Amino acid sequence: MTNHWIDLKNSDCILIMGSNAAENHPISFKWVMRAKEKGATLIHIDPRFTRTSAKADIYAPIRSGTDIAFLGGLIKYILDNKLYFKEYVVNYTNASFIVNRKFKFKDGVFSGFDPKTRKYDKSYWKFELDKNGNPKKDPTLRHSRCVFQLLKKHYRRYTIDRVAEVTGMPKEDILKVYKIYASTGKPDKSATIMYAMGWTQHTVGVQNIRAMAIVQLLLGNIGVAGGGVNALRGESNVQGSTDHCLLYHILPGYLKTPKASQPTLADYNKKYTPICHDPKSANWWHNYPKYSASFIKAMYMDADLEEAYHWLPKLDDGQNASFLVIFDEMLKGKYKGFFSWGQNPAAGLANSNKARKALSQLDWMVVVNIFDNETASFWKGPGMDPEKIKTEVFFLPCAVSVEKEGSVTNSGRWMQWRYAARKPMVDCKPDGDIICELFEKIRHLYKTEGGAYPAPILNLSFEQWINEKKQYDPHKIAKLINGYFLKDVTIKGKTYKAGTLVPSFAYLQADGSTCSGNWLYCGSYTEKGNMAARRSKAQTKEQAKIGLFPNWSWCWPVNRRILYNRASVDLKGRPYAPQKPVIQWDGSKWIGDVPDGGWKPGAKYAFIMRKYGYGQIYGPGRADGPFPEYYEPLECPIKHHPFSKQLHNPLSIIFKDDMEGLVSCSAKYPIVCSTYRVTEHWQTGVMTRWQPWLLEAEPQLFVEMDPILAKKKGIKNGELVIVENERGQLKAVAIVTSRLRPFKVMGKTVHEVGIPWHYGWVYPKNGGDAANILTPSVGDPNTSIPETKAFMVNVRKI
Amino acid sequence: MEGKTFFIDLTRCTACRGCQIACKQWHKLPAEKTYNWGSHQNPKDLSYITYKLVRMEEVVDKNGHIKDWLFFPEQCRHCVEPPCKMAADDYDEKAILHDEATGSVIFTERTKKLPFDEIKDACPYNIPRQDPKTGMISKCDMCIDRVQNGLLPACVQTCPTGAMNFGDRDEMIKLAKKRLAEVKKTYPKAILGDVDDVRVIYLFQEEPEKYYQFAVASLEQKNLLTRKELLANVFSPLANLKL
Repeated sequence: MTNHWIDLKNSDCILIMGSNAAENHPISFKWVMRAKEKGATLIHIDPRFTRTSAKADIYAPIRSGTDIAFLGGLIKYILDNKLYFKEYVVNYTNASFIVNRKFKFKDGVFSGFDPKTRKYDKSYWKFELDKNGNPKKDPTLRHSRCVFQLLKKHYRRYTIDRVAEVTGMPKEDILKVYKIYASTGKPDKSATIMYAMGWTQHTVGVQNIRAMAIVQLLLGNIGVAGGGVNALRGESNVQGSTDHCLLYHILPGYLKTPKASQPTLADYNKKYTPICHDPKSANWWHNYPKYSASFIKAMYMDADLEEAYHWLPKLDDGQNASFLVIFDEMLKGKYKGFFSWGQNPAAGLANSNKARKALSQLDWMVVVNIFDNETASFWKGPGMDPEKIKTEVFFLPCAVSVEKEGSVTNSGRWMQWRYAARKPMVDCKPDGDIICELFEKIRHLYKTEGGAYPAPILNLSFEQWINEKKQYDPHKIAKLINGYFLKDVTIKGKTYKAGTLVPSFAYLQADGSTCSGNWLYCGSYTEKGNMAARRSKAQTKEQAKIGLFPNWSWCWPVNRRILYNRASVDLKGRPYAPQKPVIQWDGSKWIGDVPDGGWKPGAKYAFIMRKYGYGQIYGPGRADGPFPEYYEPLECPIKHHPFSKQLHNPLSIIFKDDMEGLVSCSAKYPIVCSTYRVTEHWQTGVMTRWQPWLLEAEPQLFVEMDPILAKKKGIKNGELVIVENERGQLKAVAIVTSRLRPFKVMGKTVHEVGIPWHYGWVYPKNGGDAANILTPSVGDPNTSIPETKAFMVNVRKI
Repeated sequence: MEGKTFFIDLTRCTACRGCQIACKQWHKLPAEKTYNWGSHQNPKDLSYITYKLVRMEEVVDKNGHIKDWLFFPEQCRHCVEPPCKMAADDYDEKAILHDEATGSVIFTERTKKLPFDEIKDACPYNIPRQDPKTGMISKCDMCIDRVQNGLLPACVQTCPTGAMNFGDRDEMIKLAKKRLAEVKKTYPKAILGDVDDVRVIYLFQEEPEKYYQFAVASLEQKNLLTRKELLANVFSPLANLKL
């Protein structure tokens, strides 16, 4: 979230799209209801009428996977009716930037596309630079190649008629939502978006979010109270795990994973440190070498920086090591072993039958979990012959969340410390302890038996992870993440002794004199104590106006609760919404939230994390284009859409083997299907299916469908039916309900059904199997996230 | 009037069912063996081991389009003059207790010996359920053990949206009336159920009968005329539907 949970209450209009927040983020509705009480309009756009829709002022149905059509139409509506916040757009976004002549867009494809590699040459999309190397700008927004005009041109095709044709949303609903949402372009109004996997799990997932970011920038809704772009994270600490970067392409603090083609630290830093010649751009990432050096020193405290850089694992150039690819390679026998830690890919990963078969190609697998699950027991699952499976499975029982001390970072970026409520059950260990024991054993093997390249293992500063009793110590880990001075360092006349905790990331150094496991979390555990454990409600009068509690827990970065907040004020530091100010300049200092940099008003551009300092309406860094463009999901019900001849995202990640089973526009599988969660269960249900009270409330796999489809198929409410496609088959209880309805799409009737992905064959008996048996292993080109929210199936009576 | 009262603001209920689960957890009630019967509402009905149930009703317009999905977290209303107790007292005054301080109506183990049908029929809200094995009759006890120790009832404690409220009766009635006035602007049909007669006051955004047959006492009386009506003379249908 750019903002945070409490801040939802400050909104004038809350759009929930790609999310079923009332069911999957129930606590969020505490704040949604507060906003409603103050007069906010709540809009829910979803293929299904859910418990969220039940509380909405406006519910509008949409066919799964057509969000960019709807949002593109909204962009056009805002531009056509001049409802954008012009001062904000000119001062804070790149709308005025001039794009070079090579940028073109034709028939759904941007210039620079290579059909052979299915990749873009992004040099075609660059800005035109002046003699100082800064983008040329036209603050009048009239230049034919300025971003604003290109935006207008791009979305000219997104007429209400076309949006309605593709999305299946009635025209009057489209207009009603556009009108209300766009009315927040007024300086003192704000609207917010609450989204989740309904937007991300698509082959256009990143561009869905980009489209909304453009809307929010046009309306001046970023950086303000009750605004922002808010991703509702689906697990209590998924924000924390993202920040600490357990994904393959990034290191803690969103540093890039080094590549084999970057042999020295200098090469690496050069590649990822942006340079900007405009003195008014803070270009915060110019500090990159300080953060990379501090990270390396947190890993290898006693080593020489350059040498330690060599010890970091490197990706091959162009290598994709995402989850879909790992399993594809596992299927091809490229892995010997696999740790399935706190996850259940045999039910949670798209195309589960493929995932299950891939597991059978391993020599060994270690499963760390609190309950048996479809992954641990895959070898005795449906269609498996245990005698023919070579994979040896080890199961390590681990402690549950309330038995562990440590921090959890919520969607609003609050790092909250929690204590262990009780000791783990016999033989169960906290994950940290398991990791430490594992590491010690591995290190011992390298020490005694050697092996390929032992230095990265033998030199790791493991002593920083454990206490005097040689046990995993969450406080020491938290301190290491914050970082220490490693030498006596003098900054602005003040000397910090070696061994003291670094007060904030502004003090981190590029020369190896500081360490920090994650620069974003520098400031979270300082000589003042464990900031994440703070529980004071103290606040100033200004902070009280918008529900800011700066002394409750700690928030990255530097306890800033609303990101990009310099855009909430004009160039003189006066809040655009004086009734709900995020920050304001009192003549000598900023008050309210921690500002995005302490410079005087107007001294620096507002978007300090961007190279040129502006919010990006035009995003030339994305893999699949600088503007979001409409494409159908990889499996779709129509052969043509009205926006271009390009049916699918040309860069989608697809695999070629006989388990993919991609079928579009077929009479065999004519029904759109989506997967989702219910309040009562969590993820693949490993934790909740064993909980009798939760199972009592949602006992079985179901498939929700509209009454017209049910009648056509002769299906009665409550009856067990089959849902299937080329990838597999599920038995589910039919819930026939008017909460779903058929869509009119390009002149034809398209039905949509939905299934929850909480169930699996292990437990309970007759509970049904994994919804992901039906989802395709195709992915977004930017993130490789699978498209599990829109695919094709058939439903029939048993 | 003294004692405690719940105010349940249905305009805020998202049917997260935290209350349903929290009730089971606090009372250590076992789960029922359920199956999906074509609805998310589960268990299907109250039982001797399910004191709190979120009922879900879909309202469809004449075009077959969904208009509303109404949620009704159902529980014993803890009547100000409980007809179940009146019925029970004929047999055993200690079987059903009426706590003076809170107004909580408590079914004890001695309900085993009561004629279940009479107790059930006495209730205008169709609440009491009997354990087929022991014969004991059970229902919501207002978490009397928690309340006596200064805690909120488990269902109220867990509610994320402010739908469930609990406190001194006058304060709750004040809150209910204040919310009704606010909610009327959006939902002109909004109404408080049986304010004067019960200690669980619901704020309905639509007609109570759309939520559940037994949502308010007057409805039940409209539908079924039995001897409990005579017993429970305290309920006056028109007075109950005060705005």
